[in-house]
Amino acid sequence: MNISALADRFGLLVIGLVAFLAILLALYGLAELASRRDRSRAVATVFLAPAVIFLLVGLVYPAVRTLVMSLFSGDGTEFVGIDNYKWAFTNPDALQTIANTAAWIVIVPLLSTGIGLVYAVLIDGRRGERTYKALVFLPMGISFVGASIIWKFIYQYKASGEQIGLANQVRTWFGLDPINWLNVSVLNNLLLMVVLIWIEVGFATVVLSAALKGVPTEIIEAARIDGASPSQIFWRVTVPSIRSAIIVVAVTVFIATLKLFDIVRAMTGGHHGTDVLAHNMWDQAFRLGNDGRGATMAVLLFALVVPVVIYQVRNMRRQELEGR
Amino acid sequence: MSTDMQTPVQGRPIAESRGDRIRRVLSSRFASIFALVIAVLWTIPTAGLFISSLRPEDDIRASGWWTVFTDPSFTLDTYNYVLYSDSQGGGLIRNLVNTIVITIPGVLVPVAFAAMAAYALSWIDFKGRNLLYIAIFALQVVPLQMALIPLLSFFSQGLHIGDLAIMPAWNLSGVNTIVQVWIAHSIFGLPLAIFLLHNFMRELPSDVMEAARIDGASHSQIFRKVVLPLVTPAIASIAIFQFLWVWNDFLVGRTFGGGEATRPLTAVLGDMAGTWGFGWTRLPAAAFIAIIVPLVVFLLLQRYFVRGLLAGSVKG
Repeated sequence: MNISALADRFGLLVIGLVAFLAILLALYGLAELASRRDRSRAVATVFLAPAVIFLLVGLVYPAVRTLVMSLFSGDGTEFVGIDNYKWAFTNPDALQTIANTAAWIVIVPLLSTGIGLVYAVLIDGRRGERTYKALVFLPMGISFVGASIIWKFIYQYKASGEQIGLANQVRTWFGLDPINWLNVSVLNNLLLMVVLIWIEVGFATVVLSAALKGVPTEIIEAARIDGASPSQIFWRVTVPSIRSAIIVVAVTVFIATLKLFDIVRAMTGGHHGTDVLAHNMWDQAFRLGNDGRGATMAVLLFALVVPVVIYQVRNMRRQELEGR
Repeated sequence: MSTDMQTPVQGRPIAESRGDRIRRVLSSRFASIFALVIAVLWTIPTAGLFISSLRPEDDIRASGWWTVFTDPSFTLDTYNYVLYSDSQGGGLIRNLVNTIVITIPGVLVPVAFAAMAAYALSWIDFKGRNLLYIAIFALQVVPLQMALIPLLSFFSQGLHIGDLAIMPAWNLSGVNTIVQVWIAHSIFGLPLAIFLLHNFMRELPSDVMEAARIDGASHSQIFRKVVLPLVTPAIASIAIFQFLWVWNDFLVGRTFGGGEATRPLTAVLGDMAGTWGFGWTRLPAAAFIAIIVPLVVFLLLQRYFVRGLLAGSVKG
């Protein structure tokens, strides 16, 4: 391996860090000057300038631009009105993408939260609870790409001979024929969802387990004494007492699912009927070079996120009020 | 009243003890088995990949990783190849270094800028403060997909209003393309970091601030000497968040990272996995190199991570 190629990269890092430090020092100097003259407005400007400039240039302006681009043709030269949106809701492939996304955002949050909740309840107060939690939490530290590679090996298919993918090996042990999992339409969508669920269950477990610790044991004890069965306690006592935590988890997973790009990209590339909005957006814009359609997909994504985030904020505010 | 409450409690052990106990033992045994199954199911995939990464490539092609228990054979050759070989599919050390070079500023810059902004938004009085905070808060809604196309053209073509060039094209090439990735990560990390840090800073006791003000400390002194030390745990949580996000990122690195030589490791891996062509037997080793660093950081600093998670999602 070429050493100078590595030196170039570290050189850039050093230059970048020195420049960053210089900017910070300059900002602190300016803030200090303004502070001495006791001008809070000037101080606030200095403190806020970097973040506000970044957000204006990198998020606000691009978002507006994307909105406009969605009304233009693929190369951005011709105004086409809502043609891109018509395409999104009539073209069979685009419709399939939207339908898949709909399935993802229902199934993944439901199963991740559900499994996480049951698991958190089962291990609550059990010996080795921390280990149990850590094992399930571990995938949270693995990238979506890493997880995709892990699962792609599990789903691997060989037409003949010894199977090397665990899923097909298990089928073979039961005397069944191996399946080319990722090519089987509809089923492959579920198999991709498994990867995300595998990651998100850990998140759900940790947050819900923390919420469970806040449920007074007296309530559960009282229900038990009154003769409630474990499932009654679960549905009528545990779930209602951590209701808002459950909603927060489900909504957080929902948003992550909606923006999912990596797993589809790394596992099927969106082929065999597995495309989703966030991946199709990228594919349209950067692989197929159709900025108009890519922007349209991004806007649809945005439109789906907004109501959920508003709901999330209201839920959190209510929770804050309850907490007081 | 109190006797009414006590009677069934005292009566129960005699009347229902056996059925109760059987039911409890059964449900607790079922619970144990279920918990164990989940724990094992969740661990096997990663363990399988790790074992595969240590097997000779011919073995990977011929049999599953579980055969090592009856027929063990291990090698580090694949790791050596993917990191250092000059042949196709090798030399990933270059991309690993890219990831490191991207991650350090990709964490430091947004966290530093967010801390400054959060301080101004929580402790400096100025007109329009609440409005600005709400605007930044609302930006969390914007998915980064909304920004990708225009931000990329901003780097390659600059910013124009009509014929007026507000910002010339950056024309970055080669290793310098990484600067784009720094900036993109810094931008996308800001809204959440500002939101979380604002939450923490707002909670600081106002008498501490007032005392410092009376002692004649300026805002920048209060920020550095009072606020930063007090919110260090929060900054640690957010830094770990951002670290995991940047290190594990595929989308931003792939979009802004230029050619394959300057892309981060995860972006290269994502493409390798997508095509699954030549050299797929080397994927386990390559993937594990990318996975191991965040996994170790994650395990060591889990406490901070969980704290950030709870602050971000539950408490709000």
